Amino acid sequence: MTIRHHRALGVLAAASALALTLTACGSGSDGGDAAETVSPEDVSAALEEGGDLLVWAWEPTLDQVVKDFEAEYPNVNVELANVGTGNDHYVALQNAISAGSGVPDVAQMEYYALPQFSIGESLADLAPYGASELDGTYSPGPWGAVTSGDAVYGLPMDSGPMALFYNAKTFEKAGVEVPATWDEFVDAAKKLHESDPNTYITADNGDAGFATSMIWQAGGHPFAVDGTDVTVDLADEGSTKFAEMWQQLLDDDLVADVPAWSDEWFQGLGSGEIAALVTGAWMPANLESGAAPASGDWRVAPMPQWTAGATETAENGGSALSITQASEKKALAYGFLQYANAGDGVATRLEGGNFPATLADLTDEKFLAEESEYFGGQKINEVLSASATGVVPGWQYLPYQVYANSIFPDTVGQAYTGSTPLTDGLGAWQESIVKYGNEQGFTVSE
Amino acid sequence: MAVFALVFLAPIVYSLWLSLFQTQLVGGTSFVGFDNYARVLSDPQFWDGAGRVTLFLLVQVPVMLGISLLVALAIDSGRLYGRDFFRLTIFLPYAVPGVVAALMWGFMYGERFGLVGNINDLFGTSIPDPLASALVLPAIGNIVTWEFVGYNMLIFYSALRVVPASLYEAAEIDGAGPWRVISAIKLPAIRGALVVATIFSIIGSFQLFNEPSILQPLSPNYISTHYTPNLYAYSLSFSGQQYNYSATVAIIMGVLTMLVAYVVQLRGMRKEA
Repeated sequence: MTIRHHRALGVLAAASALALTLTACGSGSDGGDAAETVSPEDVSAALEEGGDLLVWAWEPTLDQVVKDFEAEYPNVNVELANVGTGNDHYVALQNAISAGSGVPDVAQMEYYALPQFSIGESLADLAPYGASELDGTYSPGPWGAVTSGDAVYGLPMDSGPMALFYNAKTFEKAGVEVPATWDEFVDAAKKLHESDPNTYITADNGDAGFATSMIWQAGGHPFAVDGTDVTVDLADEGSTKFAEMWQQLLDDDLVADVPAWSDEWFQGLGSGEIAALVTGAWMPANLESGAAPASGDWRVAPMPQWTAGATETAENGGSALSITQASEKKALAYGFLQYANAGDGVATRLEGGNFPATLADLTDEKFLAEESEYFGGQKINEVLSASATGVVPGWQYLPYQVYANSIFPDTVGQAYTGSTPLTDGLGAWQESIVKYGNEQGFTVSE
Repeated sequence: MAVFALVFLAPIVYSLWLSLFQTQLVGGTSFVGFDNYARVLSDPQFWDGAGRVTLFLLVQVPVMLGISLLVALAIDSGRLYGRDFFRLTIFLPYAVPGVVAALMWGFMYGERFGLVGNINDLFGTSIPDPLASALVLPAIGNIVTWEFVGYNMLIFYSALRVVPASLYEAAEIDGAGPWRVISAIKLPAIRGALVVATIFSIIGSFQLFNEPSILQPLSPNYISTHYTPNLYAYSLSFSGQQYNYSATVAIIMGVLTMLVAYVVQLRGMRKEA
């Protein structure tokens, strides 16, 4: 019998160690090139010469971009791999980087995750390749997210200026006005729920991306990063403003406790029982595919404001393409980035339903005039583009935001179960963020 | 021997090795001796998870083994009509992969569109959402029980089958009733199997991972990242890049599991002697 015990331990240890061997061999790759300037001619030469490129991304519109790119540069062979969406993708990437093998040349990076990889020196600075000249090509939100000082860690692919997506039919039926301020939003939430107890103004069971974007719009700067010095203050004015407003909704059970992207969530959006979403401009394509029964019912309005008449917004989601420090074909990879996110690829992706990060497209007459059938013929891009110009400047994410977001349910999430107020939840989150940051060698102050 | 060293010892040694270091996002890797162990032992999140699986062990394992034993005895009694059918149906859930089972139950537990929601709609009852309250742990226990009753039943049943028929005949001649046969012949005969099943179940409980991990996206506020020690180790290494600390959690949990299993085995065997 003792043998069995050892084996039991062995299996446990083996299982954990297997996971570990996959992740922790070697101590990071440092195959970084010296930062010398690469001329546009060098990039063109690399494109002509060709080679293989490995791209990790889940953005569906890239499929067509890759096809067109390969047709234009027949010597380049791009392998587009989807290793997971969001956190799964970052885990795989972190593992590949730690292992020093199988690292892709190009990786999709959501704006909130970018600092984590750039501070770990896993991403190449694109400034020497001429990326800094693209300043002014992109709207300020995304551009601010990919730059750090003079360094540029990726080219913005899409953006997510926030807006209020609402089901006009549900609002009409309940006789509720579309809210323009957050006070009106809380009122509308009450009225909608009173008129039909199965109807909720929105669904939220604790989403870090949403909460941080809300704090962003409210003018909060809970995270300040300067190199490895980090300051965290989730009790600043903006954070408190958000927490106190949202608390009213939680107290009266006015938001549906349904996880985003679940089947229930899409069903609620389709049936009108989830009446509105405050989210990024990339949402329309998801509504069309996930909440098809409500076609014609949805509309877009500007994001509710803290002061009536203001036009302040925040970004939610959106991602860039970055080049890994480990890539041995950086010039070629930059050629692809330029094509996909600054060149011909942009138009291809817009056709596929992507929301642009490029200013030229955001102000393009044709783009603005497009009428969306799903939104009852509304020119939704007018509202969404206007939102892009109202993004409050100066927001920063933590250099370990991916981890911080993963423990959001443990801390702030508790407020959604009613066991603690949101402000306390944010306090607990801050505590965990500070502790982790210090353990990881940052200097974190509160 | 070389294979044994490679397959069994190497991972353990490697985990032990890892657990002595600390890798930081800023600053790289440094040797920290037994600091990680001290940290785990004073880590409330670790003990939170360990306490939860212990509670799970104390409640779910007896229930599950009790049901398994009952079913095995019923099938073995020969009085059950359609014996093979029952044996197969009860064993069937074990053939369903754990991940699939958890997904399936997760859907059934749905308050709005799942089975619970349907029952509530149909009968006007108000069964609380099993995934959005303190019922999460019992809900997980239910899944695990459903999965493993058949497996344990089979262990007991096969142990019962090897009891020589002559013993039953002798008991009948002595005038023993069915309950007497169970307590005097059947249970002592399968004590070994009971101990084995208990030890497997203890290990299974301490390693609880699949079910909470699958249900977590459905109920993130109730199933924390440190819900069970294994889930904690996973979150640490996959979201937090704390591989060294994660290895330490795995090792300490492995040692704890071994200790508990060993104590149970000692007790089980002493009775047998």
